[in-house]
Amino acid sequence: MSSFKIPIGPQHPALKEAENFTFTLDGELVVGAEARIGYMHRGIEKLMETKNYIQNIPLVERICGICNVAHTLCYCQNVEYLYGKEIPRRAEYIRVIIEELNRIHSHLLWMGIAAHEIGFDTLFMYIWRDREVVMDLIELLTGNRVSTASNTIGGVRRDIDGEKESRLRKGMGLLKKRTKYYKEVSAKEPSLLARLEGVGILTPKECVELCAVGPTARASGVKVDVRADDPYAAHDEVPFNVITYDTCDLLGRFLVRADETVESINMVEYCLDHMPKGPIRIRLPNTPPIGESVSRVEAPRGEDIHYVKSNGTDKPERYKVRAPTLGNLAALVTMLATRGSYEVYVADLPIILAGIDPCMCCMDRSAKFIELRKGREWVWTWNQLKQYAKKQVEIQGRRS
Amino acid sequence: MSLTPELFKNFVKKRATILYPFKERELVHVPEGLRGEVAFHRDRCIGCGLCFRVCPSETIEMIEDERGKRPKFYLDRCTHCQQCEEVCPTKAVELTKNFETVGFDRREAIIE
Repeated sequence: MSSFKIPIGPQHPALKEAENFTFTLDGELVVGAEARIGYMHRGIEKLMETKNYIQNIPLVERICGICNVAHTLCYCQNVEYLYGKEIPRRAEYIRVIIEELNRIHSHLLWMGIAAHEIGFDTLFMYIWRDREVVMDLIELLTGNRVSTASNTIGGVRRDIDGEKESRLRKGMGLLKKRTKYYKEVSAKEPSLLARLEGVGILTPKECVELCAVGPTARASGVKVDVRADDPYAAHDEVPFNVITYDTCDLLGRFLVRADETVESINMVEYCLDHMPKGPIRIRLPNTPPIGESVSRVEAPRGEDIHYVKSNGTDKPERYKVRAPTLGNLAALVTMLATRGSYEVYVADLPIILAGIDPCMCCMDRSAKFIELRKGREWVWTWNQLKQYAKKQVEIQGRRS
Repeated sequence: MSLTPELFKNFVKKRATILYPFKERELVHVPEGLRGEVAFHRDRCIGCGLCFRVCPSETIEMIEDERGKRPKFYLDRCTHCQQCEEVCPTKAVELTKNFETVGFDRREAIIE
């Protein structure tokens, strides 16, 4: 037998989330990869249909812990589209500031993780120490380190005043210096280059065919960024450069994120300089008019799409979330397998997996049942699932 | 190797962590406006039930006592989103700066 299959997951050595991958190996060479998703299905979309629009904000926030601002922003924007109302300009600027702070924190987190996955823990510790600066700033502005809860339907909940502004500027200055230093260090550090250069290749053609999004696509030279292509909030006024690299490998993804962090810091500084005065929130009625709407936001991991359908009550009839990791998953599976002259080895699997900055929890929107031995596949409705659960409880009751 | 100067700089620096929770508790930095534990002022409450309507995690249950309707808080379910404080017309609900809310019994985490 020339090749054999190894299953990795659901308890995964590289990721802290449950996903299953099956790799076909020929010696140390990975010749095939297959992903099975659906382990982290939490039924958020169904739960959203039972809660009103205000109650759904903290729920949407919990789709993703790290890019929570992108999700709440997308949700609030979406509901505002239903009302057809514009929010105050100052609120839009504050939304951009909080969103960019979130992006800085997410990118620094990923850079640390990447260093950790390749065994360079010194860099991991330094980057995470400096990430505390932005975490403290988020806590100062919103009242919590991670779950910001700053966006709400009709605007934002907290204003940025004098003292907070000066501390924000100071922190941004420090972070800019540090991020530039880390980029400089990583671009010439031999141990980093040896593990990242030429690993996890995704050509621009594959990237477009497989609909990769976010920094993964931009590292392959594809210029996609919702902030530039379809500006939302105050992004139509805040200038920034869409960072692209054409190395198509993990080093490119590392450098794209480092440069984007600096861009985000510049954007926060621009927002602080040019923020107009005025109210930060408008009050909207509890029930939006009947209709449907779609909203897009550039999350730290890529394009995030939300869809809402309103039926004239205070609860949404249908809510759909497409998180960025789902867009990157097809590209990831391609990256994980040897093709042509590009070879993938077992030792590179963790860092390639971590390379797209996966967030499996955000992605799993449906669950499908598969009986592997019989090859049977099916999907259960809510009522069927309830009946099955009832039956199982009865069986267990009889046994005991 | 390129990190070596950074490494030497850190030899003379203080440690970045603190010895929480047994020593150095006073060094814990609690920022202004932290969303901590919920506090409830019965004398200000008018029993309108707005906090009950906006709570995402079913922390609040509306009950009746001798002075009329009022919320009952199950703090173990609270997500500290602050929507109850924001919507309260009489400032009867507020989030304090207390973040040490760990306990052994969920029955102790009820405000009534």
